[in-house]
Parts: sequence; C-alpha cells; structure tokens
Amino acid sequence: MSVKERVISGGIAGYRWLEHRLGLIQPLTQAAEHPTPSNSASWWYVFGSAATVLLILQVVTGILLALVYSPSANEAWASLQVLNHNIPLGWYLRAIHGWGSDFMVAIVLIHMMQVFLFGAFKFPRELTWIIGVGLLVLTLGMAFTGQVMRFDQDAYWGLGIGASIASRVPLVGAPLVHLILGGPILGAPTLSRFFALHVFVIPGILIGAVGLHVWLVLFHGVSDWPMPGRLVRKSTYELQYHELTEKTGLPFVPDAAWKDAMFAAAVILAVLACAFFFGPFGPTGQPDPTIIQTAPKPDFAFLWIYAVLAFLPPEIETPVMLVVPVLAIAAMLLLPLFAGEGERHWARRPVAVLMLTVIAVSLGIFTHLGTYTPWSPIMSAWTSDPVPPKYLRGRGPLEHQGALVLQDKQCRDCHSLDGAGGLRGPALDDIASRMTEDQIVRQVLQGGGNMPAYGNALNPSETKALVSFLTTLRGDNLAPAVDASRTLTRNP
Amino acid sequence: MSILLKHPGESSNDDLPPEGKAAAHSRRTFLFQLSLALNGAVGIVLAIPLIGYLLGPAMKKSSTVGAWLKLGSVDDFPVGETRLTDFQSPVASLGDGETAKVACWVRHISPRQFQVFAINCAHLGCPVRWFAQSKLFLCPCHGGAYYEDGARASGPPERGLFEYKYKIAGGSLMIHAGDMPTLATEASCDKKRLIQIDGAETAS
Ligand code: FES
Repeated sequence: MSVKERVISGGIAGYRWLEHRLGLIQPLTQAAEHPTPSNSASWWYVFGSAATVLLILQVVTGILLALVYSPSANEAWASLQVLNHNIPLGWYLRAIHGWGSDFMVAIVLIHMMQVFLFGAFKFPRELTWIIGVGLLVLTLGMAFTGQVMRFDQDAYWGLGIGASIASRVPLVGAPLVHLILGGPILGAPTLSRFFALHVFVIPGILIGAVGLHVWLVLFHGVSDWPMPGRLVRKSTYELQYHELTEKTGLPFVPDAAWKDAMFAAAVILAVLACAFFFGPFGPTGQPDPTIIQTAPKPDFAFLWIYAVLAFLPPEIETPVMLVVPVLAIAAMLLLPLFAGEGERHWARRPVAVLMLTVIAVSLGIFTHLGTYTPWSPIMSAWTSDPVPPKYLRGRGPLEHQGALVLQDKQCRDCHSLDGAGGLRGPALDDIASRMTEDQIVRQVLQGGGNMPAYGNALNPSETKALVSFLTTLRGDNLAPAVDASRTLTRNP
Repeated sequence: MSILLKHPGESSNDDLPPEGKAAAHSRRTFLFQLSLALNGAVGIVLAIPLIGYLLGPAMKKSSTVGAWLKLGSVDDFPVGETRLTDFQSPVASLGDGETAKVACWVRHISPRQFQVFAINCAHLGCPVRWFAQSKLFLCPCHGGAYYEDGARASGPPERGLFEYKYKIAGGSLMIHAGDMPTLATEASCDKKRLIQIDGAETAS
C-alpha cells in the first residue's frame, strides 16, 4: 500500500469510528443535500443564511469584547475607552460588533420583506414566519440592549426614555419602571440587568429560535418561486411541492448554497470594510447625568421611533405608544393564519405590495428625519448664527434693535434665517409676506401652534423693536401680508 | 438513535405475558404521573423565591423611597434666578459611579420661596436646559418647552416639569429626592404642584 492509500483508508476508518459514536454526520449531510426546487436556487433567497452568518459573527465578536468590557456602571464607559485606545485591535473588534449589528438588523428586515413579497409565509410555512417575527423582535432587542452596553450619554438618556415610556403603562407603571431600572434610579443595577439580557437571555433564546427556524426550513423545504395564478391550497400544495422537487429538485449543497455562501462572504466583507473605514460607534460623552449639554439620540435602528415620538400629539401619545407596537406585532404574527392560502405572486397581491411600500417608505422618512431632528431646538444657534447682514441693510435703528432682540431671546434656536438656525418653527426669511404686523404681535406674545408665549419674556419696547424688524423680512421683496378686513372697514 | 434500538412492541425479548405487561405498564404510568406532580410541586417551591428575587426592585413602594438632603445654602441661589445644581442621590447603590449624581434646576422666586425642578423632561425624561433670556426650559430630544414656573409651554410634553418637595432649614435649602422622576414615579415630588395642565397657574 502506498502512503497515499494508507492515509485515505486511515481517514475513512477515523470517519467510521466517529460517526458510529456520534451519529450526526450522516443525517446532517442528508439535510444539507436536501432537494430544493431549481427555481428557488435564486439570489433572492440568500438573506436568511446571511442573517445567520451575521449572528455567528456577533456571537464571536461579542465574546471577545466581553473579555475586556466591564459591565459595571462606574467602569463600563472607561473600559470602552481602554478597548478603543489601549487594547491592540480593540477598536476594530468594537467596530465589527457595532457594524455587524446594523447589518444584521438590515438583513433581517430585507429577509422579512422578501418572504412577505414572495408569499413564502403561506401554508405550510406559517410557523416558520411566526418564529421569524420572534427573531425580528429578538434582533431588535439585541440592538437596543447593545446600545445600552455602550453606557455613554446616549445610552443613559435612552434608558431614561425607555423607562419613561414604561411609566405610561396604566396601573403597573411604577413597578415596571423599577423592574427596568433595577431600583429607584438609573445606575449600576440597570446596566447589570441589560448586560444579562444582552449576553445571556436574548442570545440564548435567539440561538434556540434560529435553530427551530432552520429546522422548519428543512422540514418544509425551501419555498418554490411564486408563479402568478398558481394558488396555494392546503389540500394540494404539499403534493405539488413534492412533485416539483421530484422533477426539478437540486441538492441544496452545493447547487443552491453557493449563492448563499457568496453573499454571506460579501456581507461579512462589507461589515469588515465599514468597521475598518468608519470605526467603532462612540462611546459619546460619559454617562454623567449632570452634564446636560447633550442631545441624546438612539442608534440607527431606532431613529424612526425617536422621530415618531416627536410628532405624536400629547393627547394620543400614551395610547399610541402602548397600543400600536402590540397591534403591529400581533398583526405580523397573525398574518399567515389569515392569509395562509391563495395567490403568492406579488403581481397578484396589490394590497400586500402597497402595504409594504407604505410601511417601508414611512420608516425611511421617519429614519431620515431622525438623522437631523428638525423638531429639536438648536440650543446654540442664538449665539453661533448671527443675523445675516443682508437683512440689516437699509433698516433703521429700531429694526436693528429688533434684530438684536431676535438674537438675544433665542428665537433663532427654533427659527432659521437664511438657512441657519433651528427648524422647529418656520423660517422667518419671508415672515412679513405671510403674517401682518398684528398677527406677528399676537403670535409672539401669546404663542400657539407649538410656539411658547413670549409675553412674559419681552417688555413692550422689545416687542415693538422685534416686530418692526420682523415686518421687514419679506423674502425676495414679496408683497407684505395684508389684512383684507382692514381695507374693507377703512374704505366702506 | 442507533438503528439497532427497537421501540417497545417491536422488540420480542420481553417474556412477560400480555396481562402482566399491562399491569406493570399501568403501575409505571401511575408512578410517572406521580413524579410529574412531584416535580410540579418542586417547581413551584423553586419558582417562588426566583420570581421574588427578580421582582424585588419592582415591589418597593415609591413613597417609601428617598430622603431629605441638603442642596446648598439659600444664599447660593440668588433671588430671581434659576440655576443648575446637582446632588448625590440618597438611593444610590454599589457601583453607581457618576450615575448616582442627579442634576436639578433651582428657581429662587422670593426670599423664602423656591421651585426645584427635576432635570428630566416630563415627556420622556431627557435633560431640559434653562434659557434665562427667553425664560424657557427647552428639551433637546423632541423639542418640549416649559415656562419659568415649569408649566408646559409647547411640544410633546403633556404636563409641566416635575418638582421636588423643598424646605428651608437653618439657612439651607433641603429637597426630598428618591425615585428618578417619570410619570409613574413622582412620589418624592410635590403632589400639589404636579397638576399643571397647559396654561394653568402655579403658586408663585
Ligand atoms: S423628552 Fe423632552 S420633549 Fe421628549
């Protein structure tokens, strides 16, 4: 026997020894080679496996970070500085974990949209979808608790926002707040509980649920490519699917899996590239609640919630905050039970496509708004953005005084001039072509329409000066606003 | 499962007669049910302390939490001004570090009259900032605004700022602090001033 033959026969003997004791290699190989309809070996079917690969990346990098991270309120922030600056490649590990999280949320959402659009949640894959909804919630839970791990100013005030939302639950609000915080204030017990959630509880459930999800995919087979007019019927679908795989089936590995593997590699590479070029997220300022010069903002995945919270009118805010998330999750869970049969192709499901578009566009818009928070006053605008000289040219002393008042009374924090200043209130560049002098006086003194009243903060001469300046702001020399009733009463 | 293992019924190496098998079977079934009941009972005995431990922090009555503490000398706060100050939370726990510090706004109205506002916005708890010139508290998160007396001015908050109870003892300003103020945990705050609906007057 040559050396080569001996090595081969030794290898085979070793495999037999192991499989005889383990008993897993054969069934796993069979599962990997399970036949999948040739039409679903598509680039559209790669998102689920990419999400799983990202989860593995997150687990590995998470464990590595836990080697250094200190989950204690008085050390967490400093231990992140150590990771960023003192531990070789610590910054890179943090960056991979942070970007991996953003990618994972994105890929899970894309996977869900694809499954929804392809009607792949219908019979017999209802439970696969339901567990998938759970996986989405768990992924978002990981993203939120992960943001808390950063334990910087954003994390501190973000937790405060979470507790304040919980405080609005009727009857059990106070116990719920204490349960979240782990005590009367936000501090060491709070971070410890979110650490336990982030590294033990949620990942444990997540990994178990992913296992179940994958098992269901194997059990029912990868869903076939939807065809317009080919309806899902509980009585016939499984037979048809069986015939389809009989006729066109390909072994999942390697005939379909090469696309999954390629895409997963591309995604991981993208995470690594983002991590390398853009670096880790934060930490922002230290979690000292007495440093109030801060504008807390949640991570990317939650910006849309942040925006929605700014727009809800106070009267309906609590019910909307507490009821809508429950309804939304319930609707997703119940979807396959109510739409478990029928047409799968998107071209024959206009309502589904419309719904998805509306939801995606609104999430996109709210997220975009969340990136520049037009509703927040720019707290430094009154000292940093001077009145543009062109608005002072040709004005008299009273108007100049008015411009000073405008600046001094922090009007610019909410109102912009020439594109600089807050966006909370309307820009003032052409205010006099929209409001008459009387209307401006009334608005300034009494407020209204989301503007505080300044009657207490302005004396009559300041008001007079301010209004006389504002009445000169007519954009590109538009006509001044006029009160139609006045001309009527003056010239009967 | 190895291919060599057989399910009972498939196997033939059981030499009990059918009646004996059935009798033994029903006895074992009973024992199994008994063991289930036993484990259920043990489970309850185990679960009670676990749940008690978990819910411990939630069970504390808000009104019992907190203490009076000195915020500073009355002279530290000039009459007519609103100033930022901070204190060490009386309910801090081990390892809180900087998070045990609490900031608040002190408004000195007249020699013996104060208002001490929580830093937390009544909307969702972000830190509000005071602007003396426009006499407004502004919130950075969603643009809530409050007047100098803490009443809601505009934006998402549905009520005025939270206020701490205060008293003046021997020339120093004392406040009662405990829970982080939220809509549900305002026990250490001054109840009578809490109901400040839009435009309502406060004692000042
Ligand atoms: S937290 Fe202050 S406005 Fe939302």
